[in-house]
Amino acid sequence: MSKNKKMKVIEEKPYKKPLIRRRKANRSISGDIALYIFLALVAIIMAFPLIYAVEAALKPLDELFMFPPRVFARRPTMNNFADLFVTMGKGWVTFSRYLFNTVFITFVGTAGHLFIASMAAFVLAKYDFPGGQGFFKIVTTAMMFNWYVCAIPNYIIISKLGWVDTYWAIIIPALAAPIGLFLMKQFMEGLPTALIEAAKIDGANEWTVFSTIVMPNVKPAWMTLIIFQVQALWNNRASMYIYSEEKKPMVFALQQIQAGGIARTGQGAAVLVVTMIVPILIFVFSESQILETMASSGIKE
Amino acid sequence: MAKDKAKENNSPIVQMPVMTGNETYLQKYFILRKHKLKVAWRKAKVNKNCYLFLAPYAIIFTLFYLFPVVASIFFSFTYYNILQPPRFIGLSNYMSLLLEDDIFLIGVKNTLIIALVTGPLGYIMSFVFAWMINELPRWIRSIAVIIFYAPSIAGNCFVIFSVFFRGDAYGYANAFLMNLGIIDNPILWFVDPRYMLPICMVVILWMSLGTGFLSFVAGLQGVDTSLFEAGAIDGVRNRWQELWYITLPSMKPMLMFGAVMTITTSFGVADVTMQLCGFPSTDYAARTIVAHLIDYGQQRFEMGYACAIAAILFLMMILCNKAIQALLRRVGT
Repeated sequence: MSKNKKMKVIEEKPYKKPLIRRRKANRSISGDIALYIFLALVAIIMAFPLIYAVEAALKPLDELFMFPPRVFARRPTMNNFADLFVTMGKGWVTFSRYLFNTVFITFVGTAGHLFIASMAAFVLAKYDFPGGQGFFKIVTTAMMFNWYVCAIPNYIIISKLGWVDTYWAIIIPALAAPIGLFLMKQFMEGLPTALIEAAKIDGANEWTVFSTIVMPNVKPAWMTLIIFQVQALWNNRASMYIYSEEKKPMVFALQQIQAGGIARTGQGAAVLVVTMIVPILIFVFSESQILETMASSGIKE
Repeated sequence: MAKDKAKENNSPIVQMPVMTGNETYLQKYFILRKHKLKVAWRKAKVNKNCYLFLAPYAIIFTLFYLFPVVASIFFSFTYYNILQPPRFIGLSNYMSLLLEDDIFLIGVKNTLIIALVTGPLGYIMSFVFAWMINELPRWIRSIAVIIFYAPSIAGNCFVIFSVFFRGDAYGYANAFLMNLGIIDNPILWFVDPRYMLPICMVVILWMSLGTGFLSFVAGLQGVDTSLFEAGAIDGVRNRWQELWYITLPSMKPMLMFGAVMTITTSFGVADVTMQLCGFPSTDYAARTIVAHLIDYGQQRFEMGYACAIAAILFLMMILCNKAIQALLRRVGT
């Protein structure tokens, strides 16, 4: 029984699969060419707004208002970004403070989420205890409704806890994002149980197993949780919870600049690039790990 | 599979209670019940560390995800404006929401239109593109995944669409149509109620290749290769048959996950419409349920009313999800 189980688990491991598959069967050349052309066209459509946003940020002000509008900047310049820094520097809250706020919220929220969700995912995936499966079902259900549904009671709870106008109002609720637990648990189920049992026989307790064996083995899933969380926190305006200017995140300040009218068009374009670049860069660097995690993301019933 | 793990720990096996045979049905039920509880208690005791591991997440989750849903439903039966304590007013929030609030009905209509168009389309797009991308060689594939996935994580980059669809003759869309002679006056894309929703749906579709798409890409790479070879021998003639008979059935769990993600996002549309069409938009033509919720919750502070909106939205999402899951369970059976 246990040998069978081991075999099965190893087969299921997604990263053992070769990533390139030469499937000659059932493929026609004309079909392949059509596929390439079609995908290229769609890719251009998908990428065009993003490229346009980047190019707009590189245009000097006079080119931004040129008619007919051009996609690519004729004289690319970083002036917009420089202006953005100047404008940010003029506020009574310094740019570095806004940046600190965002980085602090993102970093603590992500690290805490990774830690807490992995702990919960570990026991849910590898132990059988009363209430565990039920709890996981509830978490899966929680993915089915949008965060807005809870927004109002959330605000009341946070104000009762006295967290309004602190970083915690953003960080703490984000720690329990259901999708993180879900993906982590599904991924941990693919870990060989034998690995954990071997450690237990050697006398390791749950904590040691978790911190020295499980966590290092689920690094791909780390990246996935990190990108989902960073994406949610980096662009969180926190406008509902944080009133003090010196605690507001960078995105809020940037969007204030963006709303500053025609004179700020160039800076507004730069803001767009700043807000979108971080999540995209993280994704670019961690794509293979994220895909590895997503291979176990299915909802099995 | 999980069960023997616990047994190995040490034995949570409780002796089955002996039945004399002359108990009534009810007594038997209670004896079995008691036995099951005993086993559960034993298991819980053996694994008590598990609860410690689960506790931090469970507490925060309960406080900020579970409890708010219950509280929302409770507040939806009250008049509550934060300053005064909630006052119970029965169903009248729901009555006025459904019978008197025409703007809410516009919101429901718009949300349903958006969900019914962008939901299935976005879902199918996610799968079709994931499937096509899967045919590419590896390095092209990873670039393609980035290009297709980037729009959904690009923050509020979608406001760039307001440049393309600018209301004056300088916008790309207007200039293009005017040069072709299809229109002779520029169209105010985001002000004219006739065009708001379609354009917003285009933008939402552009952003719809999200988490579900990633899941599909990953799932397709995990489909057992030997199945394709076996299929080719057994008479699968082209890639379409392969898709229908082999790929789809083995992707079922991912299809479910993708569906959940798609439904949740397509019912929660508000950012795109609010930022592109304004808040409030002309004639409320781009109002969605979530926009209505934000209006009452964050601007008018009619929390009870807003909670009633939230409760209806919650019900819609859960019911839709359950229905789609029941549907998807039949794929390939």
